[in-house]
Amino acid sequence: MQSRKWAALAAVVLAAGLAGCGSTKLAESQVQAPVETRTPLATGAGGGSAAAGTAASTSPTQPQSQVATVDLANTNPVAANAGSAAPGQRVVYFDYDSYVIKDEFKPLVDGHAKALASNRTRRVVIEGHTDERGGREYNLALGQKRAEAVLKSLELLGVPTQQVEAVSFGKERPAATGQDESTWARNRRAELKDR
Amino acid sequence: MAALASWPAAAQFRVEVTGVGARQLPVTIASFRDQDKAGVAVSDIVRADLERSGLFRASPAGMALDERSIVALAEWRARGADALLAGSVTRLSDGRFDVRYKLWDAIKNEEVLGQSKVVPAGDLRLAAHRVADEVHQRLTGEPGVNATRIAYVLRSGRRFTLHVTDADGEGGQVAVASPEPIISPAWSPDGRRLAYVSFETQKAVVWVQDLGTGERRMVANFRGSNSAPAWSPDGTQLAVALSREGLTQLFTLPVAGGTPQRLTSSNSIDTEPVYSPDGRRIYFVSDRGGGPQIYRVAASGGDAERVSFAGSYNISPALSPDGRLLAYISRQGNAFRLMSMDLDGSAAGALTDTADDESPSFAPNGRLLVYATRAQGQDVLMTTTLDGKIKTRLLSSGADMREPAWGPYGR
Repeated sequence: MQSRKWAALAAVVLAAGLAGCGSTKLAESQVQAPVETRTPLATGAGGGSAAAGTAASTSPTQPQSQVATVDLANTNPVAANAGSAAPGQRVVYFDYDSYVIKDEFKPLVDGHAKALASNRTRRVVIEGHTDERGGREYNLALGQKRAEAVLKSLELLGVPTQQVEAVSFGKERPAATGQDESTWARNRRAELKDR
Repeated sequence: MAALASWPAAAQFRVEVTGVGARQLPVTIASFRDQDKAGVAVSDIVRADLERSGLFRASPAGMALDERSIVALAEWRARGADALLAGSVTRLSDGRFDVRYKLWDAIKNEEVLGQSKVVPAGDLRLAAHRVADEVHQRLTGEPGVNATRIAYVLRSGRRFTLHVTDADGEGGQVAVASPEPIISPAWSPDGRRLAYVSFETQKAVVWVQDLGTGERRMVANFRGSNSAPAWSPDGTQLAVALSREGLTQLFTLPVAGGTPQRLTSSNSIDTEPVYSPDGRRIYFVSDRGGGPQIYRVAASGGDAERVSFAGSYNISPALSPDGRLLAYISRQGNAFRLMSMDLDGSAAGALTDTADDESPSFAPNGRLLVYATRAQGQDVLMTTTLDGKIKTRLLSSGADMREPAWGPYGR
């Protein structure tokens, strides 16, 4: 008797696990015992309900849809600009909605091109950035456009492609915070970093 | 009304309703017996869930009731209730809890639902959401989305965490914690994996992570930036934006790994791809016409067709599950506002009056949208009905919440 009860319980638990939901319909007239296992309502009509069970826990005391945590703290392998002997000026600023390197920053780009040409093992990453206005993904692409502008200039000055990479942080890593034009101007930039 | 006094004084789940829906079904919800002993206010969660849908107006019973009560439905009907919900939460000897409830239809004068859910303590909130979904389905004929999940990014100082929470923003768990930004989470169609962009290697790389095991791998780590992942409806392909050839362009690649196939070839930025629910088209953002606008292209490639016309800046397309509605963000003056338009060509309308809306994502039943915006100097997440009339703010711990993505059915 006792073992039958456990077997019945196990069957309910199993059904619950497979269905992703341990629902039992209550009897109409009384509520003494769950009398009928029941397929959960088809909330997944046309959705991914068939897959729900595979993610469900098999242990009766384990909550469903437990999420495993990955902590990346202190695993950052990249030390930016450590021991650098590269030119001191590293930031090119851009006008609003512009991806053109202004004349005042051309000597800076020139200096980096020379430093790269004099040491073919040197690698530089150009990080493009935008101000905070607008969507994250579109800004990521706009920041990329700024980084690519610097990259193109370096390539035109004879720097081989494999020595430089253009990447973007979009609006994710502002140099300054605030909601005014001077803040935004400091964030519309491309930074040259040694790798 | 005196009955209001019986709501818990410090209701845990406050639904900020900023408008009134056209027709709301009045449902009376009794506090579930012994839920205080379980530590989870099950009926409060159900009430908040139902209110968030915009389809219900909940009121308290003002008296002790449970699923065994003999209820005089004619009286409840006379008091304005179309339906009555009552239940209990009982701790079992093995430590689990039995959540029981009954739903009565006061108009038809009959019991319409009676359920028992035996769950571990950690699933009491999920059980409450399932009760809400069953009530929703029974009374509206449409599925609810309360038992689904939302992924979002929380920023606290220089710590970025990718969270997975219940659809009400509660019960959060951390999938990834990183000292570098994380953006653009996207759910696999089976709800078991998230694709996202992480800057942990000092550049934008697309990762896919199994939520149950924490196993993760890079799926797009090419020269330049790799971003904006979108799953094909069959879960086999990702559309991504890659800058490997200079300009940011769209590619598709197998989730299992393989060579990216170029989808667009423009002289401009192409990004933010999203598949149509039938998998035949990809909607995306391009500034080929000057400013960013929404276009669509066959999933196999070919000529793109412009979709958004009004305004000079339209980004972040999201498609409703039936493929009929497009939600997106439009710049209007200095404001970035959540819009929706019918893809059959009718006019677009703003769903908010806020100024910093971002990242809309449809609930799997197509009845709600979640989006990011700013309020009181903070990044917050809101849900809205498609008419913009019922908005609720997802609970926050005080840190910035952004990049919401509403998960599919099934968990």
